[in-house]
Amino acid sequence: MKWDEFFVTGEPLIYGAMVSIVLVSLAIVVGLTYFKKWGYLWKEWLTTVDHKKIGVMYILAALIMLFRGGVDAIMMRAQTSMPDMKFLDGQHYNEIFTTHGVIMILFMAMPFIFGLMNVIIPLQIGARDVAFPRLNAISFWLFFAGAMLFNISFVIGGSPDAGWSAYFPLAGPELSPHVGNNYYSLSIQISGIGTLMTGVNFIVTILKMRAPGMTLMKMPMFTWSVLITSVIIIFAFPVLTIALLLMMLDRQFGTQFFTMQNGGMDMLWANLFWVWGHPEVYIVVLPAFGIFSEIISTFARKNLYGYTSMVLSMLVISALSFIVWAHHFYTMGQGAMVNGFFSITTMAIAVPTGVKIFNWLFTLHRGRIQFTTPMLYSLAFIPIFTIGGVTGVMLAMASADYQYHNTMFLVAHFHYVLIPGTVFAVIAGFHYWFPKVFGFRLNERKGKTAFWFIIISFNVTFFPLFFLGLQGMTRRMYTYSEETGFGPLNMLSMVGAIGLTIGFILLVYNIYWSTRYEPRDKTGDPWDGRSLEWSIPSPAPVYNFAVVPEIKQRDEYWFAKKEKRSLFDKKIEKIHMPSNSGKPFVLGIAFFFLGFFVVFSWWSLAIPAGLAVLIIMATMSFDRDHGYYIPAEEVAQTEKKLRGDTV
Amino acid sequence: MKKRGPLFALLMSITLLLSGCSSLTVLDPKGPAARTLSDTIIFSIFMMVGILAVVYVLYIYMLVKYRARKSNEGYEPPHDEGSKLLEITWTIIPIIIVIILSVVTVKSTIAVENVPEGYEDQEPLVIYASTSNWKWHFSYPEQGIETVNYVNLPTNRAIEFRMYSYGPITSLWIPQLAGQKYAMSDMVTKINMVADVPGSYMGKNANFSGEGFAHMDFEALAMPAAEFEEWVEDVKANEKDLTEEQFDDLLVTPHVGRMSFSSTHLEFSPPPEDGHHSNGHTDHQDKKQKFPEPATSEEEVEFDGEPNVEPDTSNEDSTHNNHEGH
Ligand code: HEM
Ligand SMILES: [Cu+2]
Ligand SMILES: [Cu+2]
Repeated sequence: MKWDEFFVTGEPLIYGAMVSIVLVSLAIVVGLTYFKKWGYLWKEWLTTVDHKKIGVMYILAALIMLFRGGVDAIMMRAQTSMPDMKFLDGQHYNEIFTTHGVIMILFMAMPFIFGLMNVIIPLQIGARDVAFPRLNAISFWLFFAGAMLFNISFVIGGSPDAGWSAYFPLAGPELSPHVGNNYYSLSIQISGIGTLMTGVNFIVTILKMRAPGMTLMKMPMFTWSVLITSVIIIFAFPVLTIALLLMMLDRQFGTQFFTMQNGGMDMLWANLFWVWGHPEVYIVVLPAFGIFSEIISTFARKNLYGYTSMVLSMLVISALSFIVWAHHFYTMGQGAMVNGFFSITTMAIAVPTGVKIFNWLFTLHRGRIQFTTPMLYSLAFIPIFTIGGVTGVMLAMASADYQYHNTMFLVAHFHYVLIPGTVFAVIAGFHYWFPKVFGFRLNERKGKTAFWFIIISFNVTFFPLFFLGLQGMTRRMYTYSEETGFGPLNMLSMVGAIGLTIGFILLVYNIYWSTRYEPRDKTGDPWDGRSLEWSIPSPAPVYNFAVVPEIKQRDEYWFAKKEKRSLFDKKIEKIHMPSNSGKPFVLGIAFFFLGFFVVFSWWSLAIPAGLAVLIIMATMSFDRDHGYYIPAEEVAQTEKKLRGDTV
Repeated sequence: MKKRGPLFALLMSITLLLSGCSSLTVLDPKGPAARTLSDTIIFSIFMMVGILAVVYVLYIYMLVKYRARKSNEGYEPPHDEGSKLLEITWTIIPIIIVIILSVVTVKSTIAVENVPEGYEDQEPLVIYASTSNWKWHFSYPEQGIETVNYVNLPTNRAIEFRMYSYGPITSLWIPQLAGQKYAMSDMVTKINMVADVPGSYMGKNANFSGEGFAHMDFEALAMPAAEFEEWVEDVKANEKDLTEEQFDDLLVTPHVGRMSFSSTHLEFSPPPEDGHHSNGHTDHQDKKQKFPEPATSEEEVEFDGEPNVEPDTSNEDSTHNNHEGH
């Protein structure tokens, strides 16, 4: 193998990326060494099993991926801003929209959600950790290994270029013989295994580790949404695992599941992909519903309206999400009856979603609404997501979809759902829970400036796409001619995308600024919150709850505050904690190399890497680690320090 | 009564917007199938605007009325578990809306899956549309001719497109005449349409198929039957036959302009017509092997940025170059 077969050569953009990656890595290494932080990094972060720290790492990685996906997005918008643009060529554009889609959904939205759920779920249910802390660390490092594997594809070897849905036979070995789509199958596979374990972990955590007295119907709505999401995960992800496995076999071992010859069925891939892919969008959007429910009721200063119907609607949505997948290919020629069935099941999802919208609106009713930054994002979600929802119903109508399918109308629709439904949610949750983790708030004024930039630019970016779709502009087109008339609206959309970029930069700047200048929060409850996470000091101590509270009703903490009683008047005892472990991190590295070698079919290296993975897993299963105890006095001391004097 | 004001204004402005939207290709149909779809879409837009209006009015009401102010500083919002009656209401009404939309959907889907109303008694004109690399092959078995990257259609005649692919999944889409459908390598799909207004319409592949995808458009030119016959005769008289060898070459070429032939490829490369996802024993399978591998970095295929519709003079049919363009 020659170097130029391995590295992509002759591409200025890629040389630029290589140089910047090398420089950034060097800077990190030098910085860590200079400040003598290697030990700190290893002890406090790389080996941690603390759910809060794992959550923070998820969120950090997701923010970086948001940046990467965002750069892709702006490059695409730049390329299509004018007719006959020559900024990117066809191949580049294909790689970029593919990586944009994969990164945004699998390496940004989902990990961001996982980050928030890691940080918050144990706190909301009064638990000291998740059910399987070390498994949790493994999940994170597998996600991270997958994400890194996916990202280096751009620099060496070439990125996948068949779209995030990777339809066969285009993504198959005959039509994409280069390694790009191997990265797709392997990196998603690796992080997907992590995701599946997260699903298991959170189901057990929520079912088994709730504070005494917290029955299912007394759980906060975010916890409910995560429970339901986890169930979707364990049903949907195995399908993806198998689909990706078959893809790998087809691409690298000459099987013919999805190919053009020998009975391969291209539409089998499409079916498997969307059997996972449609529930996947609910995996990222249901927790968002949970986050909005928490924030809206906190800042309307009311309990959530229609709690029971909120839970029921999520259950109905999760069930329906598995029987709508064929709406992604009404145009496959499956006939009016099949299309009719999937149209009806798809439109039916609008009913429980509508119930939720009205319940949120009535949570505001007779409230006293405070327009904080997290609340602004939650409120902006309602009207914008409703546009996404109604256009979704329009797409659900099979006949009409014959005209929208694969057009910019669809691109507009799913961004109208995903951005308010997921991105606004994670940003809102980020602002809302930030003080719990770090002990200070993000600056409100700066937060609001970023908010207005993002909201307005979002609409400027994506609303024109509805009209472009109706004008006949298909998606994934890297260029178009003047006569099509697509130019002006694309230019408008580009202007919006610039605004969005500025908004996100302001958001990041706010994090930097607030870290330096915002006053620290001594109360642990800066928003006057309702659920248990606000009852403990900020930043939350390792053991979360010095004393596990007893729960009698929904919003127990809120009522305790009103009735001026303490949830924690029991005696402090010693607390059992899991100990750190470097093995999950090492396992992640081993998986990364395994994936990398398999991408290039370097079996003589892949087999040892695979063995390494097995050995690490085997040694882990023999670990007799019983964790350690934090003595009662130490807990009492920490509490005193964190709270000032209360308890 | 008063509350209806803003709703009415919204509906009115949408109507005005839509009536002035002949630039929106999809809502400017030139045949019954596309007209059905356009009507369905406009109907659904009205319904959706109604729903949006309800949500927006409630939303603005809540935000304006219940915001925190100096004047309600000490106000403690009441505990409110919800109201069964209201919750049932906003479950039932959407269900009714979904039922209405379902009826419309199923009806219109059936309508466009069949020969358009009023043309059922005609024997439809069958045109096979297949794709290879980034081009379209249109075969007219009845007429015994074949074109590449353009298709001529007689007006007021039922037309049945039969699609399949020599490579990735593609999708035949002529938005002003009918909705799209996939062309796949292992089965044949069908679109029914009628053009009742003569004119030149944009046609394209709507499903991503690799590097040259953006240029994979074609012209669909609808003309009166007599003119169509004349064109057929002209092709038969003046164009060469399509040989198997030439066809194989053509399959491998990534990007070509327009071409016309006085015979079709269907004889030596029949479409995969024996059933849905047949187990791969169709004759056209062997042609797929000839489908070229995509360009690697060395033999990069260069596109000139010119869409297919730009006539390629060497092969251009002499009688019809007076179309409007788009
Ligand atoms: C932040 C601003 C964003 C911009 C400007 C943007 C822009 C775009 C554009 C222009 C495309 C279409 C590419 C094409 O069809 O040619 C696209 C596709 C896509 N976007 Fe985004 N996007 C943004 C954020 C997001 C987010 C947050 C998500 C998900 C959470 C997302 C998910 C996707 C997906 C799944 C696709 C389809 C990729 C494919 O066709 O394979 N985008 N985006
Ligand atoms: Cu879907
Ligand atoms: Cu098929």
